Amino acid sequence: MSLDTVAQAVARPDTAQPFKELGLKPDEYARIKEILGRRPTSSELAMYSVMWSEHCSYKSSKVHLKQFGEKAPKSDALLVGIGENAGVVDVGQGYAVTFKIESHNHPSFVEPYQGAATGVGGIVRDILTMGARPIAVMDPLRFGPADAPDTRRVLPGIIAGVGGYGNCLGLPNIGGEVVFDETYIGNPLVNALCVGVMRHSDIKLAKAAGAGNLVVLYGAKTGGDGIGGVSVLASETFGDGGSTKRPSVQVGDPFVEKVLIECSLEIFAEDLVVGIQDLGGAGLSCATSELASGGSGGMKVQLDKVPLRDPSLSPEEILMSESQERMCAIVEPSKIVRFIEICKKWDVTVTVIGEVTDGKHLEITWNGELIVDVPPRTVAHDGPVYNRPLAQPEYIDRVNAQTISVPMPQSSAEIKAALLKLVSAPNMADKSWVTAQYDKYVQGNTIQAQPDDSGMVRIDEKTNLGVAIATDANANWSYLNPYQGAKLALAEAARNIATAGARPLAVTNCLNFGSPEDPGVMWQFAESVRGLADGCLEMGLPVTGGNVSFYNQTGDVAILPTPVIGVLGVIDDVRTRTPMSFNKAGLELYLLGTTHSDLAGSEWAFLHGQRGGNSPTADLQNEMNLIEVLLAGRSEKIFTAAHDLSQGGLAMSITEMVLRHMVGATISLKDTAIDLLSETPGRVIVAVESSQAGALLDLCAKYKISLSKLGTTGGDSLVINETTISLQELKTAHTSTFPKLFG
Amino acid sequence: MRVGVVTFPGTLDDRDAARAVRAGGLEAIELWHGDADLKNVDAVILPGGFSYGDYLRCGAISRFAPVMTSIIEQANKGMPLLGICNGFQVLCESHLLPGALTRNSDLHFLCKDQVISIENTNTPWTSSFSKGQEILIPLKNGEGSFQCDDATLASLEGEKRIIARYVGENPNGSRNLIAGITNTRGNVVGLMPHPEHAIDTLTGPSADGLGFFTSILNAMVK
Repeated sequence: MSLDTVAQAVARPDTAQPFKELGLKPDEYARIKEILGRRPTSSELAMYSVMWSEHCSYKSSKVHLKQFGEKAPKSDALLVGIGENAGVVDVGQGYAVTFKIESHNHPSFVEPYQGAATGVGGIVRDILTMGARPIAVMDPLRFGPADAPDTRRVLPGIIAGVGGYGNCLGLPNIGGEVVFDETYIGNPLVNALCVGVMRHSDIKLAKAAGAGNLVVLYGAKTGGDGIGGVSVLASETFGDGGSTKRPSVQVGDPFVEKVLIECSLEIFAEDLVVGIQDLGGAGLSCATSELASGGSGGMKVQLDKVPLRDPSLSPEEILMSESQERMCAIVEPSKIVRFIEICKKWDVTVTVIGEVTDGKHLEITWNGELIVDVPPRTVAHDGPVYNRPLAQPEYIDRVNAQTISVPMPQSSAEIKAALLKLVSAPNMADKSWVTAQYDKYVQGNTIQAQPDDSGMVRIDEKTNLGVAIATDANANWSYLNPYQGAKLALAEAARNIATAGARPLAVTNCLNFGSPEDPGVMWQFAESVRGLADGCLEMGLPVTGGNVSFYNQTGDVAILPTPVIGVLGVIDDVRTRTPMSFNKAGLELYLLGTTHSDLAGSEWAFLHGQRGGNSPTADLQNEMNLIEVLLAGRSEKIFTAAHDLSQGGLAMSITEMVLRHMVGATISLKDTAIDLLSETPGRVIVAVESSQAGALLDLCAKYKISLSKLGTTGGDSLVINETTISLQELKTAHTSTFPKLFG
Repeated sequence: MRVGVVTFPGTLDDRDAARAVRAGGLEAIELWHGDADLKNVDAVILPGGFSYGDYLRCGAISRFAPVMTSIIEQANKGMPLLGICNGFQVLCESHLLPGALTRNSDLHFLCKDQVISIENTNTPWTSSFSKGQEILIPLKNGEGSFQCDDATLASLEGEKRIIARYVGENPNGSRNLIAGITNTRGNVVGLMPHPEHAIDTLTGPSADGLGFFTSILNAMVK
C-alpha cells in the first residue's frame, strides 16, 4: 500500500476509508473530516480511531463522571486530581502517594496470562509516570462459576500472569479479591491497582512545554502486538463465532519494565524531564497527542525514527501499536546527553523522535513526508461525547419485590453444616492458593497483605509512616440497587482501611459494566457513579482517578454491575496498627454495629441461588462514626484485634479470626441464624483485653456506635451457643476448596 | 566491615539485602553487575530477583557479568559469599556450587513462610545458629527445586555441606529437602529461602533471618 500523506488526502478527498472496521461510527468519521477540513490520512484515521474509542475517550461515561469533580469534597490532601495519569495525595512528612486502578478485562479473556500480565504492567507505568516509585500492587479479580470448565482455563492463567509480571517487577502484591459469578463466565474481570510513593517535589505531569524541547521515546522497541487493543478489544462486545482477537492482546516483558522503572527513577532523580507519559492503550497516538495538548500545543515527530521489532510495520500500525514497556519523555536539549547516558547504563533503547513546537499542530512525518497534521486536543480531549439513553431495567422492580427464602439453621447440626458450607464456598474459601503465587515480601515494607482487611506498606523506615489500601465491590448489592451498591462498596473499603487504624484519605475506582448501548446497563452505570460521587462527598473523600470498562458483555448477557472501589488511607506509625486477629486466649470479643435481617444480596442467598430483595441502605454518617471509633481504638491502644464484617457476615469474619492464629473463640448469639448470616453493613468485630472493656464502652458511647458482647477468645474450637466446631475441621473446610478446584 | 550487595538488571531484593546487612551491624556496599570493581568489600551477597529476566535458565546470563569474574576469583580465595534465591541459582550456574535449581514440582511460583532447620553452623553465614535450630523465613520463587546427581548428593550429605533443609512437607520437590548448601571450603553458601525478609516481625514472619547477617559479622570480627 502506498503512503497516504496529507497532500494525498487533499488531492484525493473521496478515497474510501475503513473507519467502520476501526470502530468509528459514520457521524464520528464525519466530525473528523469537519475538524480537519479534509478527509483524514490513514495515519490520522488510525489515531482518531484509537483515541476516540470508548476505552480512551470515555465518550459514554464522561457526562456522568464529571460528578466526581462537581461533587468533590474539599480536601487538602489532593495534590493532583483527575485527568492526569494518576491522582496524587499528600500523606504527610513531605511524602505524596499516587494510586490508581485499571481494568484489563477483555485481553485477559482472550489470552489470560498475557492479558493479566500487561494489565499489571500498564498500571505500574501510570504510577511511574507521575514520578513515583511503585511500591505495591493489588488485583481484584472476577470469574465465572468456580467449577466451570472455562474458569479452569482462565483463572490459572490470570493468576500466573498477575504473579509472573508483578513478581518479576519486585512489587509486593498486598491484596485483592477473587469472586465467582456466572455472569462473568464470558467476561472475567481483571482489575489491577498500583500504588507509588514520592516526595512532593518529584511530581511529574504529562505535558510537552517549551518549544525546542525534545520528544524522547525510551524502553522497548515497537512491535505489532496489541494493535487496536483499546478500540477493537476493549470497546466492543464479544460476539459468537467472531474472528479470534488474539493479535490485539499485548505481550509483556516484565524484565524490560523493571529496568525501565529503575532507569526512569534515576532520570527523575536528576530532574531531566519536563513532562512524561507512558505508552499504554493507544500507544504513540495517545502519548504524542496527550503530551502535546498538555503543553504549549505543538509537536513534530519523525515516525520513521521509532525503533521497531518488526521492520515491516506501517506508519498506521506504529501509531496504533500497544507494545508494552515504552515511555515518552519531553527533555530539554541541554539535558539529553545525561538522559541518554542513564538509558545506556540500564541498556534501555532511547531515541529522539521529535521536538516540541510553538504551533498548535501535531505534525508527524514518515521519511520526510507529512502523514499527520492535526490539532492535538481534537485527538486527545475533544472526542465525541454521548449522552446515551438510560432507563431503569425492568428487572429492578421484579427482584426488589422478591422475598428471600433460604434455609435458616436452627439446630446445632444445622448451624455447623451451614458454617462449613459457607466457609468452603468458592467466594468465601481461603485464597492462599492464589496469593501464594504472589510475592508479598519483596521491598521489605509489607505490613499487611491478604487475608488482612487491607494491604499496608511502610513508606518511611525511620518514622514508620505507612499507607493502607483496600478494594471492594459487592456486585450483588449493585445489581439490586446500583446507587446503594456503590455507596456500600465505598463504605466497606473505607472500613477495611480503618480496622487497622489507618485514616481513609482518597478514592479510586474501576467501573466494570456491560454495554453502554443498552439503556439498562447505562442506567446501572449512571446510578453507580451518582452513588459513588454522593458517597465520596458525604465521607469527605476525593476521587483521584479511575477507569471505566464497558462492553463486559457476551451477547445479551451483561456482567453484574461491578464498581470496584479502592480507598487509600494513611497511618502515622505502622507498628501500632490493629491486627485483624488475636493470638491469645482470654480476650473479650465485641460486635460494633447493629445486625438487621439483611440477607438480600448475601453470600448465603447466593449459595441458595437467590438474587432478590432490597440491598441495605448505606448509612454513611454511621460508617464515619464507626471509622472514628476504629481510629481512636488504635491510637488509644484499646483494641487487640479488629476485623470487618462483609460478605459471609459474622460467620465468615469470626472464622477468619480464629483460623488466623488457630486460637478459638466462644460466642453466644440471640438470633443465631440472622446474627451469623446477615450482611448488615457497618459492623466490625473487635477483641480487647478485659481491662479495656470500659474504655471501649465509653468510646462507642461517644460516637453513638452500638456495642454487643459476643464472647471470649481461647480453646481449639469455635463455639457458637451449643454448637462446637473444631478449628481443624473448620480449617480443612476453609482451605480445601481452591486446591480441589484448581490443583 | 563491608558487605557488597550486587545489583544485576532485574535484581529485586538488593535493597532488602542491604537493609538486612545494616541490621546485622555491617556496612552495605552497592555493587553493579557491569563493574568488576568489588570496592574492597569483605564479603558479597548475590540477592534474589530475576536477573536479566531469567528467560533462559535462571542465573545463566548473570554468571558472565563482569562483577562475577571478580567475585568468583575472590570466592576461590576464601571470601565469604552468600547467594539467596536467584543468587543461589547464579552460584550454581557459575559452578561455585554444584547442582541446579529447577522449576517447583507443582509448577507454580510459591510464596510462603517456611520452617527450615540449620544443619551446618561452620560457615561464616550460619555460625550464629545452633545445629538443628529451626527457623521461620519466607520462601518465594518459581524455580527452587534443588536437583543434582546421586554422586553429588552423596558427597553433599557425606561432607555435611547441606547447610539447611526444609522442615515438614517438601515445598518444591528439592532432593533430600535441601534448602541450602555450601562449597567444599565452606565460604560460599547458596540458600533458596530469604533470610533478608525475616529481620523483624513487623515486615517478616520472624526475626530469625538476622542470624545469617550476625554470623557474617562474627566471622569478620574474628
